[in-house]
Formats: sequence, C-alpha cells, structure tokens
Amino acid sequence: MKDAFGTPQSLLILGGTSEIALATARRLIGRRTRTVHLAGRPSPALDAAAEHLRSLGADAHAVPFDALDTASHEEVLGKLFAEGDLDMVLLAFGVLGDQTRDEQEPLSAVHVAQVNYTGAVSASLVCASALQRQGHGSLVVLSSVAGERARRSNFIYGSSKAGLDAFTQGLGDALHGSGVHVMVVRPGFVRTKMTAGLPEAPLATTPEAVAEAIETGLRRHAETVWVPGALRFVMSALRHVPRALFRKLPV
Amino acid sequence: MPAPSALTTPVSGWGRTAPTTAHVLRPRTYEEAAEAVRDCGGRGAIARGLGRAYGDAAQNAGGAVLDMTGLDRIHEIDAINGLVVCDAGVSLHRLMQVLLPLGWFVPVSPGTRYVTVGGAIGTDIHGKNHHLSGSFTRHVRAIELLTADGGTRLVTPEDEPELFWATAGGMGLTGVVLAATIQLLPVETSLMSIDTERATDLDDLMARLTADDHRYRYSVAWIDLLARGARTGRAVLTRGDHAPLDALPPRARRDPLDFRPGRLPGAPNFVPEGLLGRGSVGLFNALWYHKAPRERHGELQKISTFFHPLDGVPDWNRIYGRSGFVQYQFVIGNGQESALRRIVERISRRGIPSFLAVLKRFGEADPGWLSFPMAGWTLALDIPATMPGLATFLDVLDDEVAAADGRVYLAKDSRLRPELLPGMYPRLDAFRRLRAELDPRGVFTSDLARRLAL
Repeated sequence: MKDAFGTPQSLLILGGTSEIALATARRLIGRRTRTVHLAGRPSPALDAAAEHLRSLGADAHAVPFDALDTASHEEVLGKLFAEGDLDMVLLAFGVLGDQTRDEQEPLSAVHVAQVNYTGAVSASLVCASALQRQGHGSLVVLSSVAGERARRSNFIYGSSKAGLDAFTQGLGDALHGSGVHVMVVRPGFVRTKMTAGLPEAPLATTPEAVAEAIETGLRRHAETVWVPGALRFVMSALRHVPRALFRKLPV
Repeated sequence: MPAPSALTTPVSGWGRTAPTTAHVLRPRTYEEAAEAVRDCGGRGAIARGLGRAYGDAAQNAGGAVLDMTGLDRIHEIDAINGLVVCDAGVSLHRLMQVLLPLGWFVPVSPGTRYVTVGGAIGTDIHGKNHHLSGSFTRHVRAIELLTADGGTRLVTPEDEPELFWATAGGMGLTGVVLAATIQLLPVETSLMSIDTERATDLDDLMARLTADDHRYRYSVAWIDLLARGARTGRAVLTRGDHAPLDALPPRARRDPLDFRPGRLPGAPNFVPEGLLGRGSVGLFNALWYHKAPRERHGELQKISTFFHPLDGVPDWNRIYGRSGFVQYQFVIGNGQESALRRIVERISRRGIPSFLAVLKRFGEADPGWLSFPMAGWTLALDIPATMPGLATFLDVLDDEVAAADGRVYLAKDSRLRPELLPGMYPRLDAFRRLRAELDPRGVFTSDLARRLAL
C-alpha cells in the first residue's frame, strides 16, 4: 500500500533498463519500496539492474516483457498482479529513433511509433484495469516535452509521445474517482545514454531530478509533472508561437 | 462479486491522505452484515464506523467496507448497575445523549464523541482518564463478534480471553463487532469541574503531571510545540472530574444532567494549501497559551468544552486542504523521559506547524494484544502532509520511539515502516497466529493491514 505521502511499497517498472526508471526506483527504495519488478527484454543489462536494486535492499527481479508483443501483455503483466498488489506502475520504455534515418526508412519510423505509442497503450490499459480491480495504485507514464509541440528536428519521436501523452490524460480522466491515480511526467532533455551525443537543449536535466519530481508528484497526487518545473511555462509560451516562426526556432 | 447494493466509493481516513476505493455496504441487520462478510470476495472486508481513524485503518482497497453506522440500536440500559447493551454503530455522542439524563457517562471518552462503539473497541481507545481507568475495552463486559465464517459469537474476557483481548485494539481484523455490553460511570451532573494551570517548559510540565495527576480523574496538557529555546514544551494543563451536584450554582441544579453541545458552522469544502504555516499556527499557539490563566481552580465547563473542543467545528479536518494531514501519536515508557525531551526538541527546532499538541501521562498498559497505551508519556500532534521532508523527519522520530521501546498508535498511523512494528508491539506474533487460525482465508483485511503486514 502507498503511505500518506504516496510512497509505494511495491513497484513495477515497464522498461526496466531505463535510467530515469532506475533513478526513481533507487529513490523510492530509500523510502518504503521493498518489491520491484523490472520488466523488459531479457538482457545482461536488465539482470544487472535487478542485481543493483537488490544490493540496495529491495526484493528486485527481472521479468521478460516485450512492448512490441502486445498479445502477451495481458498474460505477462496479469501474472505479476496476481502475485500481490502493485502500488505503482512506472511506464518508462521508449525509443528515441534516429530522425534522419527514420524519415528515409518508414519501417524504422513505424518501430518508434509502435514501441512508444502502441506498446504503451496496450501495457497501460492492462495495468489500469488491474489497478482498478485492486482499488488503488498509481500509473506513472513517462511522456516528454517533445510531445507538447512537434518539432522539425524530432517529430517522429515527438508525435509518438504526443499520442501517448493525450492517451494518458484521457486514461487519467477515465479512472478519476476509481482510486487509481494516473500521472503524466514530461521531462525536457534528460542526460542519459539515450540522448548521449545529441546537442543538449536548454533546461537539460538528469534522471535523478526526474525521480525527485516523480516522488513529489506522488505525494501531491499530481496529474502532470514537468521536469524541470520551469518547462511548463516555457512550453506554454512555445505552444502559441506561430508556425512560420516556430519552424525557424533553433530548438 | 459485490452485492447488488454495493457502490464503488473512494474511502479515506480522517487525515484524507491515501484514499482508495471499495464496495461500501451499509448493513441494517446482523444478518445483512453476516451476508456481506460471506459474500465479500477475494479482497476481503473491514468494518468502518464514523471514519475518525486518521490513516487507512478503515479502508479496504478493492474489497468491501462495512459502514456500521446503520447498526445503531441501543438494546438495553440497566440504569441501576450502569450497563448498556448497544450495536457497534452507536456513537459515543448518542450514548451521552441517552445516558447522561439517567446519570451515567461513557467510561472512556476520546478527543471526539463521533466515534462508534465498534471503532472504540477495534482501536481500544483511551481518554484523559487513562491513568486511572485504562482503555475503553477494559470497561467492555461482552462483545458480539461476527467472524470470518459468517457466524456470530458472544466473546467475554472470562470465557475467551484470547479472542477478546486480540479484538481489543485488533483494528477490526479478528471480526466485525456487532454489539457490546459496556460498564458505565455514574455522574451527578453533566458539567466538569476543571483546574487549569500553565507550565513554562517541558520539565515543568512533566513535573506537574507526575506530582499530582493521581488527584484527578481526567488530565491532559495542551503543548505548544512551536515554542523554542527556554520555552520549549510550554503547555496548559487542564485537569478535573465530573462536578458533584453541590458544586453547581442553584440555577444549574434544576437540570444538572442537561447535555446540549454547541456546534459551529463547518469548515469550508475548499481550503487553499499551506494556510497553516509556522507563522499562523505559531501565533495561534502563543495567543492560546497567554490567554490561559496561570492557575484557576474548580471552573465549571461543559463536557463538550473539556473533552471534545474540536467537535464544535464539523469537518475540521478540511482546514489542511486537499492533501490532508498526518497525525503522529506515540508513547514512551516511564524512565525514557530523555527520549521524549529529544523528540520534543527536534519537533520544536524543525518548526513543525502543529496546532496545540496533546501530552498525557498514561497509566498501566492494557491487556489488549495490540492496545496502544503503556505506562508512560504519549504525545499527539497534527502535521500538514505537504510539509517538505516530513516523511523522513517522521522516520527519524520513529527510530527514537523504537529505540526507547515506545510505540506508534495504529489508529492514527498512515506511514510507519512495517519492519518497526514487531518491536513496538511484542504480541504481534501471537496476534498473527490467532488471525491465521481464526480466519485462514484472510477475509478481514484493510489497507492498514496490507501496509503493515499485520
């Protein structure tokens, strides 16, 4: 069960090697979290992540899960929920893609869309109904500021996150009053291996800062969390910039 | 799974911190209650009274919550021997209304009259007379208990001491209390005769409480936790007893058992967060301390003024805003005064914006397996849940309490670490064994039980 401050005792991470997710898990293990399921494609990195969380005192283990294999979601995730209540699900999988290549190769663009949107929609719905049955829990979905307004430089990734973001907001409204809390997290540029080598955007942040914002959001039952918080105002201004000007902006 | 009349409703405790949804059922008869327990499905059931437990004790996410306020009949009053037999959903408020005119009072009254008899037993509540009279369940002669198999049995401390004392303070996890027989306290009037005095700091306060608590039936100290330095722990003591008839002025003697508690308009539905900060609360506490008389004897007060000052403001829990608040109450045994002093200093240094906190000296521990009181000092304070760093701060206080062999009160808890529980409640193992035997399928469960693995 979550405590008065929204801190979960059990956590399911979808995308178990995500640096943001692992930073969040580390932080929550320092509070109340004891059980962590790390769902992801089987890999040495996933096992290493579970090992690392075990060394922090959590009962953590890797669970084979493939975002693209939507037909298996019900079974794989259903089994986890059957083992015991999950107080929080953190949906953290996603791929950035390579904008230039993806524009040339529609199939790789489809891959980005399928992981980031289709896979996430499927996994979210499966988790949402399980959370609803248990009458409590938080579904935290990692979106991105890139989804707030698609930019020339990464609109394939951005549009997939835009879809996910809109989906998650709607899901949150659908679950309002059901005891299930849905939170959208919109980080800006986060320094991780996913963004390594890319030019850093203004207001760049770290996985640890995102983790902290998630913890605060849980405490406040927030529906939307921006990281850093100032991005909320930056993006609300950028949203209203005319197209002709927006496409020329160096962002 | 849910019965036809069931609704999925958000349920939270008085602190409004961690709401979850459940199928809330309101049985009107014992048979309906038994049916609700038999049909409750895989996520179990828990009884709920008036929802005054601060945390998640009367919540059951995804399962059934039995709203017991529909079972509200007073079956029998023995006005000669002072015994009442009533349903679990009867509130102490109602008991006072009915019993005071007959010259009887509830044996133990907590800080609010709006608790049910079932809730009073499930959390084994204590009052300002604990040092003399012990907890509520000590005055209970029999409990009609609905068990996991849907059957009912009459449990008395003589015939089934184990089940009786596991149910006392058992947080509703041994079964649903349907009715109880309670031994009452005779009173001549409905007024209280109160002595008030100020204590300038914590040492002064503890000295005064130690010196002459035994002279009073009721005793409590309101402590200003925002006062710092030499004033740390300054407090106002209010102690007294039911006023005898000859203490009343002639006019009041005509209707000495009159009971009419006043009620102000309730707190508004929406209150902005952060209204209660260091400044506003500190000012309130200081005013309150200075307006109290240095020393006053034999003041006549209404029962509601002395016992239940906050009951005058309906829904006062809303003043903490949407995010709610946490109440922290712990007890530390006699001889551990230095730990109490450290905790009070920590709270005061940290500037926790807590309205008047309550310090009380408990008498001997009660026989309930999970009963909270033990001979020593108990402190209770309210804190807005949004206060930054509060979670960690309270964890540190827990460590202090645990190191001093004290414990945290489950009826107030919403955030304790489960691993600290066995040390605080040494009879927890026996309680778990009894539950496993009595309720092997785990029919009775709650958010609190899940969170702390009770």
